[in-house]
Amino acid sequence: MAARIDVSIEHKHAPPQTDGRPHPNTCPGCGSHYRDDELEQHLNVCPQCSHHFPMRARARIALLADEGSFAEEAADLRSDDPLGFFDLRPYTERLAEAEVATGLGDAMVIGQATLDDSPVELAVMDFAFMGGSMGRVVGEKFARACEAAADHQVPLVSVTASGGARMQEGILSLMQLPKTVCAVEDLHDAGGAMISIMAHPTTAGVLASFASLGDVIVAEPGALLSFTGPRVVQQTTREKLPDDFGLAESNYRFGHLDAIVPRPELKDYVARLLRLFGNAG
Amino acid sequence: MPGEAEVQLRERLNRLRSLPLLRGARLSGELERLQRQLDRIVAEPSDEQIWRSVELARHPDRPYTLDYVERMLEDFVELHGDRGRADDAALVTGLGRFDGRTVALIGHQKGRDIQERSKRNFGMAYPEGYRKAMRVMELADRHGFPLITLVDTPGAYPGVAAEQHGQGGMIARSQAVMTRLRSPIVSCIIGEGGSGGAIAIAVADRVLMQQNAIYSVISPEGCAAILWRDAGEAQKAAAAFKPDAGHCLELGVIDAIVPEPSEGAHTDPDASATLLKDSIGESLDELVGLSSDDLRRRRRDRFRSLGTLEIVKAP
Repeated sequence: MAARIDVSIEHKHAPPQTDGRPHPNTCPGCGSHYRDDELEQHLNVCPQCSHHFPMRARARIALLADEGSFAEEAADLRSDDPLGFFDLRPYTERLAEAEVATGLGDAMVIGQATLDDSPVELAVMDFAFMGGSMGRVVGEKFARACEAAADHQVPLVSVTASGGARMQEGILSLMQLPKTVCAVEDLHDAGGAMISIMAHPTTAGVLASFASLGDVIVAEPGALLSFTGPRVVQQTTREKLPDDFGLAESNYRFGHLDAIVPRPELKDYVARLLRLFGNAG
Repeated sequence: MPGEAEVQLRERLNRLRSLPLLRGARLSGELERLQRQLDRIVAEPSDEQIWRSVELARHPDRPYTLDYVERMLEDFVELHGDRGRADDAALVTGLGRFDGRTVALIGHQKGRDIQERSKRNFGMAYPEGYRKAMRVMELADRHGFPLITLVDTPGAYPGVAAEQHGQGGMIARSQAVMTRLRSPIVSCIIGEGGSGGAIAIAVADRVLMQQNAIYSVISPEGCAAILWRDAGEAQKAAAAFKPDAGHCLELGVIDAIVPEPSEGAHTDPDASATLLKDSIGESLDELVGLSSDDLRRRRRDRFRSLGTLEIVKAP
């Protein structure tokens, strides 16, 4: 009789395994597992431990922009393959696959919107598109977002989630660093403001260019914000890494961030800033 | 198939050829320079030649920044310290006279022997190095000195303290300072142009590159480790992302290739320095007449337009 009583409740929601790696809906913080709709309902933040799951660009725009206010720009830009790059597979194949998987043309979405009724230009990255890597299309879209912000005299809000420059476009990807830096400088010269929101992860080429040039820089809790990732630092230097190496909390302590803002408070926080910047007279 | 760069070069060549020789020898020098570049573009480098560049760019006897400084500049005075925390020996800064004109100089510096290599951190700067560079850029701006930067780094240093001191943000701000500078800037990649650590001091009006230097978004080993999951595939990675000077010129990333002595810069540092000095001098001469607004506008436009031509629109 006793053998038939199932007391293994901890297995009831056993996290599904996908080739040895934890399921994307399993919280790396506390091990809780969620259905898609449960996560969505909580803005992809773990209700148990507040771990911030990655957020896709469209969901991010829905979080920040007033409903129905977003008008996308430059959606038709696509990368070609300037180097004929071929690693284990051709770059063109990886691009096509990423487009099919994400429904996006590249790793950034830009457009106009209102945020709590303040007009704003948005530039939002999507890590799901080839690790949010920055090639020529991301650089071009960001530059156009800066120009649109300057033209309309509205602030630019960028949300970054990127592993860095896109290797497959070689040196042209590195050139997107100075390109986006020039775009921010032109925006600033035109009197425009930029608010940079760093989501997990904002690393390497994106951290070393426009993301670090916001008038105000905020990050999401637990986001990795480092020029070099922990694994490479560990391998190169054999140093013992601090537990919070490169995380938003460490960056905040060392003075690289204005604030760490949990996702549910992000829209109100940005809205307050926009009102302040819009009040210059 | 002729690339954009080749077409542009051919057009410039034809224009120059048809001009009466008003500027005499200078113009014919320009003609030769363009013809040399064109020859190089037409001769597409093989994978082996690309790897040879990687090896030569990292050659232990290759001249470093200070080797060129002593051959190109007179009365050089090295400036030390970032005025905040430290003096980073991986980046050398200073003032000197170039063809009689005071210039500011910033360059990565590697070491020759084990002791110096460790002192120079193999040419990998901390944020403090870039902050020192930024203060010297601002000094150049204040006094109207042209700025020369020499790039030779495997990359910015990847370490715990470097991250804590804001490596990424410092590289971003160093580029930002360069976009604002009112002085002419000439940069030359003289060895390894390694990623963010290189571009931090290479946002220039004219970007030159020595014949056997490399300029890349990631090291061949790093790229191989990520995409091939094996750092040993570095040769394949280099062949795929093409960090050699010929390809950089073709892609419009650099403006001209600085020739080296036939077997590489390390075989004859004096000759190499003369060739480098000629190219930098030529570039500076083209720039000094421009107003500061003009310089800044053109500099930003140069980088703003990089790589935009080939982006295609979805059908």
